Amino acid sequence: MKEKNIKGVTLCVLFVFLLVMGFCLRPAGEPVNTEMDDYFITYGQVQTGSNNIVTSVVFDYRGMDTLGEASVLFAAASGVFLVFRGERNE
Amino acid sequence: MNNEYRASVVVRTVAYILAAPLIVFGLYVILHGHLTPGGGFAGGAIMATFIALFLVSFGRKGAGSLHRNLFSVLESLGLTVFVVLAFLGISNTFFYNFMVNSGHLFGRVISFGVNPGYLDTGGVIPLMNIAVGLEVFSAISLIVLEMFTYSREDKND
Repeated sequence: MKEKNIKGVTLCVLFVFLLVMGFCLRPAGEPVNTEMDDYFITYGQVQTGSNNIVTSVVFDYRGMDTLGEASVLFAAASGVFLVFRGERNE
Repeated sequence: MNNEYRASVVVRTVAYILAAPLIVFGLYVILHGHLTPGGGFAGGAIMATFIALFLVSFGRKGAGSLHRNLFSVLESLGLTVFVVLAFLGISNTFFYNFMVNSGHLFGRVISFGVNPGYLDTGGVIPLMNIAVGLEVFSAISLIVLEMFTYSREDKND
C-alpha cells in the first residue's frame, strides 16, 4: 500500500514537472511556426470577403469540419428521438 | 389530478420580457456571423435558449403548442442547404466559395484592412451561417422539447 502511494506521488510530480517545463519552454504568444497564421491574417479577409477571420476559417477553409459538427448535432437529435420514443412504446 | 406544472409569475413575466430580445439577438449573431464574433452555432444556441425558457415558464401547455415535426423539418432543411451550398462549388473543390468577390449577391469586393462591415460580403459564408443557425436552433430545441415531453410523462402515469 505504501509502495503504491510512493509510486503515485512520484508519477504525479513527474507529470507536473513535465507540464511546467512545457510551459516554460514555449512562452505564450510567441508561436514557432506561424506560416498558417500569417497566411490567414494576410489573405483571409480578401479571399473570403469576411471581416471575421474565425468564420472564414470555420466556414470556408475548413468547411469540412463544420459539416462534421452539424452532422454530430443532427445525430444527437436523432439519438434523443430514438431513446425517448422507444421508452414510450414499452 | 390537475397538478399542472406552472412557473411563478416572476418567471413568466421575465419570459415575456426576454422573448423578443433573445430572438432578435440570436438573429443578429447569425446574420452578422461573417463580420462580428459569433456565427451560426452561437446564434442558433441563443435562439434555442428562448425555447428552453418557454418550456420552463409554460410547462406542458406550452410544449403542446410547439410543433415537433416543424422543428424536425427545419433541422433537416438546414443541414441539406448547408451540404447543397458546399456541393455547388464542386467544379473547383468541395466547399469552394463560388460567390465571393463576384460583384453580385454577397459578392462585394473588399480590400485588406479596416472597413465599416458590409453585410453583402463573404460569398456563401452568410448563407451557410443561416443554414447552420437554423439547424442548430432546431436541433437543440428538438432535444429540449423531446426530453421535456417524455421525461414528465412517466411521472404522471
